[in-house]
Amino acid sequence: MLEDLLFQLQIGLPQVALGLVNGAFYALLSLGLAVIFGMLNVINFAHGAQFMMGAFVAWMMLSWLGIGYWPALILAPLIVGAFGVLLEKTMISRLYKLDHLYGLLLTFGLALIIEGVFRNQFGSSGMPYAPPAALGGPPVDLGFMFMPVYRLWVVVAALVMSLVTWLVIEKTRLGAYLRAATENAALVQAFGVNVPRMITLTYGAGVALAAFAGVLAAPIYSVNPQMGSNLIIVVFAVVVIGGMGSILGSVLTGFGLGLVEGLTKVFYPEASSTVIFVIMAIVLLARPAGLFGRA
Amino acid sequence: MTQDRRSLLKTVAAAAMTPALGAGLSALPGRARAQSNTIKIGVLNDQSGVYRETSGPTSVACVRQAVKEMAPPGTTVEVVVADHQNKPDVGATIARQWLDQDGVDVIVDVPNSSVALAVNTVVREKNKVYLNSGAATTELTGGQCTPNTIHWTYDTYMLARSTGGAMVKAGGDSWFFITADYTFGHSLERDTSNFVKQAGGKVLGSVRHPLQSTDFSSYLLQAQSSRAKVIGLANAGTDTINCVKQAAEFGVTRRGTKLAVLLMFIGDVHALGLKTAQGLVCTESFYWDLNDRTRSFLSRVKGAVGDNYPNMDHAGCYASVLHYLKAVKDMGVGAAKASGKDAVARMKAMPTDDDCFGAGKIREDGRKLCPVYLFEVKSPEESKAPWDYYKVLQTTPADEAFRPLGEGGCSLVRT
Repeated sequence: MLEDLLFQLQIGLPQVALGLVNGAFYALLSLGLAVIFGMLNVINFAHGAQFMMGAFVAWMMLSWLGIGYWPALILAPLIVGAFGVLLEKTMISRLYKLDHLYGLLLTFGLALIIEGVFRNQFGSSGMPYAPPAALGGPPVDLGFMFMPVYRLWVVVAALVMSLVTWLVIEKTRLGAYLRAATENAALVQAFGVNVPRMITLTYGAGVALAAFAGVLAAPIYSVNPQMGSNLIIVVFAVVVIGGMGSILGSVLTGFGLGLVEGLTKVFYPEASSTVIFVIMAIVLLARPAGLFGRA
Repeated sequence: MTQDRRSLLKTVAAAAMTPALGAGLSALPGRARAQSNTIKIGVLNDQSGVYRETSGPTSVACVRQAVKEMAPPGTTVEVVVADHQNKPDVGATIARQWLDQDGVDVIVDVPNSSVALAVNTVVREKNKVYLNSGAATTELTGGQCTPNTIHWTYDTYMLARSTGGAMVKAGGDSWFFITADYTFGHSLERDTSNFVKQAGGKVLGSVRHPLQSTDFSSYLLQAQSSRAKVIGLANAGTDTINCVKQAAEFGVTRRGTKLAVLLMFIGDVHALGLKTAQGLVCTESFYWDLNDRTRSFLSRVKGAVGDNYPNMDHAGCYASVLHYLKAVKDMGVGAAKASGKDAVARMKAMPTDDDCFGAGKIREDGRKLCPVYLFEVKSPEESKAPWDYYKVLQTTPADEAFRPLGEGGCSLVRT
């Protein structure tokens, strides 16, 4: 019995570690979605496309301009974030007064267009992107498995980024303004805060988070135009399970579901893409507002 | 009468001119007349989706090259192109319109097995010619074979046999499969396992992943812990690319394990980069750097294909159209246009010979026979030139590479 358990553990532990890495991506992406939904009330379906743009901008910087991974990790989110600001200013901002559905349709359309343009330009088989020299070494021995250094870095980077975002929103004056503006925009504006600009920048920041995840993903996933759409549906499920708009919820659920998915891959791999949606259905039945959401 | 004489004169004049100029002149006579003297080739493939690189514009360039080299004198050969978007209904609708209204005589390429089979039925119904290069399904020369269809380049049987059987001969005698969880993956895994076992190898296990997964590390670790010498990837497209990329990341091949990709084209190697793809094993029936003839072919099309060197699918488009035009020359344009069945019969009766696949023949079930190569991807140090990616591990001779004639269940085969 004990031996059996040990054996299961031996198989299970590496999967837990790998699940954490995937969880890191889910967490980062759902974080951006949660920020945007929480502050703007827009369901940003273009999030996957913006994640893909982050990876592509990193690739362009490397192969066209010779700019390496580390500068790209800062610059690509800024560039894609600026693109997000442009989208918000010219299109999305016109829809705030309407039903959620309009924002969803617009961003979904945008996602299709962005993906189409990239596919037309760069084809669909993808681009090579090597991990940076400092993190590209041989896998390190964790005792129970060999883990590539780069994957460890992904987990660390995602955790730090989530923490920073949470701190900014929950603990700073800016965050307080933002939260206040979501509750009652007119009142905050009356106090002299430029609410529309704040909302634009929030959207830009959410998009930048997606692009940041994209740059992180470039060395381990294939950099191709459809890389975002493969991930985004799962991320939506994560956001729903965590509670729409809850920052802490989306981060914790992201990592948690990464783990669950990782374990499913060992015990019943065929179900690994479905398990998250099964959990989503159960959560919606039991707690419609999500695990961390306020009804 | 004068009209007829005039067009006759023009045709003769056209024949005497350079082909390009001739093409312009012979198109001048009245519409009905022009049509009877025009061969129209429709390239139907994926121009915008996941198979754009493996088929797409490079297939079109290769077809045009064949036309340039083999257009029968006095005949105009037109090439039209359409995007089937990987949807069988779209593919069948385009095929129907081409054959019914636009006067298309031949449909070429058609990757994606489900679209390929849909078009197969339409072409038979209209008695035209179908030269398939891009699809993998053995059904085209099996249960659904038709007297109007030729399947030129590859199929799942040949891939499984070469990668499965020849790989065991090269020393890879224990296997673990990472398989996409749908029909294509299952059948590729099953066929390859059979060849592995036939050749004296063992299959230690397999794991099935959902289509379009992003993270394969978990499956790779499971494969690694089986201690198999070969990890067979029975999936395609971005699934394969992600698998290979992450295998390199986890150093799976560092301890001598080989990664055998059951369906891969040279463009995928290009997309991965040699640093990641080195050591991969895969099967194609054409590679630009095999011999002087293939290199000469490349130098002729290079200007038109840009930085997407032709793979076996592209080469198959070139070679099949070349052979078709030879048959047209042999039997006359009128006869070839009148019956696709007759044109295909003539193609089967003539031995094939082209720069891409060398000398060969087409079997009565429509299967083109050619030698099949098991390649290993070079390391960055071994690669000396752009797209210098493959070295040959094993060659399977043409008569052994494909499914035996009697086993396919094709109704055209007389027993």
